[in-house]
Amino acid sequence: AYASPTAAAVVLVCDTVQWCFLSILNNCLIFLPFGYAADIISTVEFNCSGELLATGDKGGRVVIFQREQESKNRLLSRGEYNVYSTFQSHEPEFDYLKSLEIEEKINKIRWLPQQNAAHFLLSANDKTIKLWKISERDKRAEGYNLKDEDGRLRDQFRITTLRVPVLMPMDLMVEASPRRIFANAHTYHINSISVNSDYETYLSADDLRINLWHLEITDRSFNIVDIKPANMEELTEVITAAECHPHQCNVFVYSSSKGTIRLCDMRAAALCDRHSKFFEEPEDPSSRSFFSEIISSISDVKFSHSGRYMMTRDYLSVKVWDLNMENRPVETYQVHEYLRSKLCSLYENDCIFDKFECCWNGSDSAIMTGSYNNFFRMFDRNTRRDITLEASRENSKPRAMLKPRKVCTGGKRKKDEISVDSLDFNKKILHTAWHPKENVIAVAATNNLYIFQDKIN
Amino acid sequence: MFSKGTKRKFSDGGEEISDESLLGARVASSYSLQRQSLLDMSLIKLQLCHMLVEPNLCRSVLIANTVRQIQEEMTHDGSWHMVTEAFCSAGQSPSERLVATEVLCRSREQDAEPKLFSVISYEGCCEEEVVADETLCSVSVSDTVSNVCLAGRMGQCWEKSELSGIERDEEALEDSRLGSGEEEEIDTEDGASTESPKTIGQVFGTFEIKNGSPGPDSALEELFSDVDTSYYDLDTMLTGMQSAPKMGPYDLLDSLAPSHSSPSIVSTPNCRSDLNELDHIMEIIVGS
Repeated sequence: AYASPTAAAVVLVCDTVQWCFLSILNNCLIFLPFGYAADIISTVEFNCSGELLATGDKGGRVVIFQREQESKNRLLSRGEYNVYSTFQSHEPEFDYLKSLEIEEKINKIRWLPQQNAAHFLLSANDKTIKLWKISERDKRAEGYNLKDEDGRLRDQFRITTLRVPVLMPMDLMVEASPRRIFANAHTYHINSISVNSDYETYLSADDLRINLWHLEITDRSFNIVDIKPANMEELTEVITAAECHPHQCNVFVYSSSKGTIRLCDMRAAALCDRHSKFFEEPEDPSSRSFFSEIISSISDVKFSHSGRYMMTRDYLSVKVWDLNMENRPVETYQVHEYLRSKLCSLYENDCIFDKFECCWNGSDSAIMTGSYNNFFRMFDRNTRRDITLEASRENSKPRAMLKPRKVCTGGKRKKDEISVDSLDFNKKILHTAWHPKENVIAVAATNNLYIFQDKIN
Repeated sequence: MFSKGTKRKFSDGGEEISDESLLGARVASSYSLQRQSLLDMSLIKLQLCHMLVEPNLCRSVLIANTVRQIQEEMTHDGSWHMVTEAFCSAGQSPSERLVATEVLCRSREQDAEPKLFSVISYEGCCEEEVVADETLCSVSVSDTVSNVCLAGRMGQCWEKSELSGIERDEEALEDSRLGSGEEEEIDTEDGASTESPKTIGQVFGTFEIKNGSPGPDSALEELFSDVDTSYYDLDTMLTGMQSAPKMGPYDLLDSLAPSHSSPSIVSTPNCRSDLNELDHIMEIIVGS
């Protein structure tokens, strides 16, 4: 059941909430012991309680941060996030059949709901999904009979007494171990994974197919959607994202490169090629161009926590859909409309194919998505206000408040505004995450992770 | 485009350029000019995506759809007919063809800006092709590499092409291209619609897993699949780059054009003799 948010979480964003910079976690610093350069963050995800934050990167590594306990002395702020565990999730592989390299880049991480002391997450690269168990060890046994403290086997003749080993405290050690490997089920590149509300199954989607897995079974998966045409020459549409409904374990949605979303019910048929609902906004004929289809391609789809709405991200906007209304979204937010006149250049340099993600806050009252120049945008659904913020080292000192940014679209540029032509398209924020209960956000800017929280007055 | 302070220069009238008849036809409006450069750009992108180690299917599909859209519109306009005519024209000098493929072979990082040659004809004299139309948006020239992602991928691709068997995919494309070129008799008008799906198919064909091992003959073929026939290509010889993509945009457009206009397709007779050589080699191996 959907838990109603606590009073603290229902805070209006934008004007009311002042975002301040909490910490910056640069992969460079963390991975120095490993001896190689920082990698681009490719996915960010809070766990269900918000206590843990996982990031995946282009090098196949997963770094998990844990929020430190709130100390009674520091009343003005909540805990900071520190590194909890680091492990190599995926390695590069070579597909001998196609003579192609399989990148180790982590495309998605999804946490499983916590059922015991250990934490579980799914991480996926282009081809393989792995279930990782992250567990703590803070005790070790001492006083074994058959072996020494350093592990060497004792000489049998030396054993004269029998003793019971004792558990002694030790420095906390966090171990990550792969528990399941779900492989060989995807011909095309995996773009989404989503854990079902039954906590037993999950789906994985690639460009043309969606598979349903059982968490315990790795050698089999059910194919539930297949849009591959018999003749590949007829291919005009691909799957771009998919997600399970947060409460109805038989319902899932998937979005396409043509800007459509299909909602499917797994009870209807074994193969859900025929959708139950079809969401598409009719095209505005006045704004039609050769780029219309490309910018309508949906890069991310997310259900609201309530399960009543879903949000889609296309190149220029974010749309909120009521699941009961298929013919148009109920809300549309322009992320960076000033790019519409630059589409040709953005097509040329491939930026038009960037896949931005989007996320809801815990109470579904606000949504967030990224843009260029390390800007990210937040929209308050109730007040219809929006804010643009920047994730950059220069603007971020600990506890410093974030200043709203503004892009000048034409005419006179005011002070502190930045003109469209000065935007850095190398600095793109594709991945953001919002704490499930509080106003704490994680923003991935290339290889830096920024964490912001709201300032308590 | 995105460097500070770069002024965009307006090419002084589409009319001036249209007088020189880019496409061998009298294209009056700048819209057609822009549409053409968009088509060229898209075709180049499709070529480059063959070179990527792991092509992004979504991106390829979107680009291919854009190409189809443009072709459909041009077919309705009647300007597609003129485009294919331009291919057939004997006025295609080798130097122009060289220039067209040279664009592809040149490393992206060296370029300030990909020069949007219309691969169909002109010599690239017009280095700044700027349009300021709302519908197609502007394509401007800048000092810095605006091809952020593209440049990056190109660099990566050149490294990785040594690791992966790119040639195998290229061979597959080459074979299918030759196949379609020889077998088809196409109307110019229909050419656009019937040929382009085949061409698009060649793009997506490489994404398929080559399933199973059909038999001993194909095994032999596979043995020789990385025999590099590109050496005999005119452009490869002159640029000296073996790892260059076999299919330049020119080749792609060739396959769109009616096959009977052979003079512009230089490589076909060479490849035919190569196939004979391969047959000969295979005979020796089989021991007949």
